[in-house]
Amino acid sequence: MTVFLSQSFTGISIGAVLLLIALGLSLTFGQMGVINMAHGEFIMAGAYTTYVLQQSIGGAGVSLLLSLPLAFLVAGAMGVLLEWLLIRHLYARPLDTLLVTWGVSLFLQQLARDIFGAPNVQVRAPEWLTGNVRLIGGEHPFTLAHNRIFILALALAALVSLALTLRVSPLGRRIRAVVQHRDLAEASGIATARVDRVTFFIGSGLAGLAGVALTLVGPIGPTMGTNLIIDAFLVVVVGGIGRLRGAVIAAFALGVLQAVVEYSATVSVAKVTVLVGIVAFLQWRPQGISTLRTRSLV
Amino acid sequence: MLEIDGLTAGYGRSTVLHGVSLTVPAGGVAAVLGHNGAGKSTLLRAALGLLKPQRGTVRLDGEDVTRLAAHQRVRRGMAYVPQGQQSFPQLTAAENLRLVADGHRDGRAAMAEALDLFPVLRELAGRPAGLLSGGQRQQLAIARALITRPRLLLLDEPTEGIQPSVVAEIQQTVLDLTAGGALSVLLVEQHVHFALRAAARYYVLEAGRVTSSGDNDGGAAERVREALSV
Repeated sequence: MTVFLSQSFTGISIGAVLLLIALGLSLTFGQMGVINMAHGEFIMAGAYTTYVLQQSIGGAGVSLLLSLPLAFLVAGAMGVLLEWLLIRHLYARPLDTLLVTWGVSLFLQQLARDIFGAPNVQVRAPEWLTGNVRLIGGEHPFTLAHNRIFILALALAALVSLALTLRVSPLGRRIRAVVQHRDLAEASGIATARVDRVTFFIGSGLAGLAGVALTLVGPIGPTMGTNLIIDAFLVVVVGGIGRLRGAVIAAFALGVLQAVVEYSATVSVAKVTVLVGIVAFLQWRPQGISTLRTRSLV
Repeated sequence: MLEIDGLTAGYGRSTVLHGVSLTVPAGGVAAVLGHNGAGKSTLLRAALGLLKPQRGTVRLDGEDVTRLAAHQRVRRGMAYVPQGQQSFPQLTAAENLRLVADGHRDGRAAMAEALDLFPVLRELAGRPAGLLSGGQRQQLAIARALITRPRLLLLDEPTEGIQPSVVAEIQQTVLDLTAGGALSVLLVEQHVHFALRAAARYYVLEAGRVTSSGDNDGGAAERVREALSV
C-alpha cells in the first residue's frame, strides 16, 4: 500500500514537470498551430542555466532560487529569438514549421554538446531539499521527498500565475483573442505580432522552469528534452488543445500511470501501457478531455 | 477621409480587385454594391490592411497608409465590422469589448457608450460570444468597432444573415451613427434600398471593377439596379 502511495507521489511530481512543459507547449501551439520541436531544448537551456549558475556562484540554495527567474528569462529569450528569426515567416505553413523547429532542436543539442560536453552533468541539490517528510512510519514508510514537494509547488505556482494571467489580465485577453481569431484581433487594433512574441516568451520560459525542476531529480544532458517533449505533446493532445484544465488532468494522470506501471513492470512496459491507453482514450474521445462549447464556427 | 486609388489585390495568384478607385468624403457615407463574389469584402480587407495590395494606394486623411499593418490603421482612426457577425467566440461579450478598450486611452468611457447603444449587451455581458445569436453578435461587433472612437468605419453587410427582427434595429443604428457627420462610413451592401438610404455616394462593383458610380441623387437607385442587372 505505502509502496503504491510512494510511486503515486513520484508520478505526481513527474506529472508536475510534464505540466510545466505542456503548458508552454500548448501556449505556443495555440499561436502557430503546430508543435515547436525545439521546445525540449528550452528545457535543456533552463537546466544548464541552473548548472552554470551553481558553477559560478557555488551555494546550491541561492543558485537554485536565482536560477528560477534566470532560466525563465534565458529560455524565454530563446523562444522569442526563434519566433522572430524563423517561425513568424512560416505562419500558416505547419509542415515547414515542424521541420525548421526540428532542425533548430538538433542544432541546439549540438551547441550544448560543444559548450558543456556530451556526458551528463549533475547539479547539487541544496540541503533543504534533500530530506523528506515521513507521513507513515514503521516498516514500510510512506515519505514525501522535499525536492518532489518543491517541484509540485513550483508547477502549481506556475499554473496559477498562468491561469490568472490568461483569465483576468489585458495581456491574457489579447493572447486568447489572437489564438481564437487572428485577423479579427489585428482588425480590432491589437498588435498581433507583438502578442505572438510575448506568448512565445511565456511558453518558452515555462520550459525553462521545467528544466530547473529536472536538475533536482537527476543528471542533465544535451538530449534531455527529446523524450520529455513527446510526453508533453501527449499531455497536450489528451488534455484537449488550448485547455488548461484538460492539460492539468492529463499531466498528472500520465505521470502517475507511468510511475505506477513502471514499478510493477519495466520502463518499456510502462511506456507501451501508457501509449495503448492514450490510443484507446483518443478513439473514445478524439477531442481530448476538455472541449469548447460554441455556436460559432470561427 | 478615405481615398483608394488603383487598388489591385487578391489571394495568392488569383487577383480579385482590378484597379479599384473610390473616395469616402469626410463625415459622409459611401456605399459599395455588388453581387456575391464581386470583391466587396476583399476591398474592405485591403482598405484596412488585412490584405496586402499588389498595386495601388490607400490614403487616410491624406496620409498614405498602404504600408501600415491593420492595427496601425485602427490606431489612426479606422474601424472594421467584418461580415458574418464575427467575434472572439470563447471570450465573453464583455471581454470582447474590454479587449479593445484595454488598448485605448478612454476605453472605459467608450465602452460604456457602446453598451448604451446596445443595452441588450449589458445583460449578456458574461456570456461567451460564441453562444450569442447572430443579431446579438452583430451588435457586439459594431460595439467593438466603436470603442476605438473611429473616424472611419468599414461596414461589411451589417444585416446579412441576421434574424429579421433585429435587421431594422441595426439599420437604424447605422443611420444614427452617420447622422451626426462625425463618422465616415464605407458601407458594403447587397440591399440597394438600405444602401441608398444611408449613402451620399455609391459604387457598383462587378468582378473586381467599378462599373458604375456617382452621387446619390434622384436617379441613383435606377442606375444602380441597371448596373447590377447586367
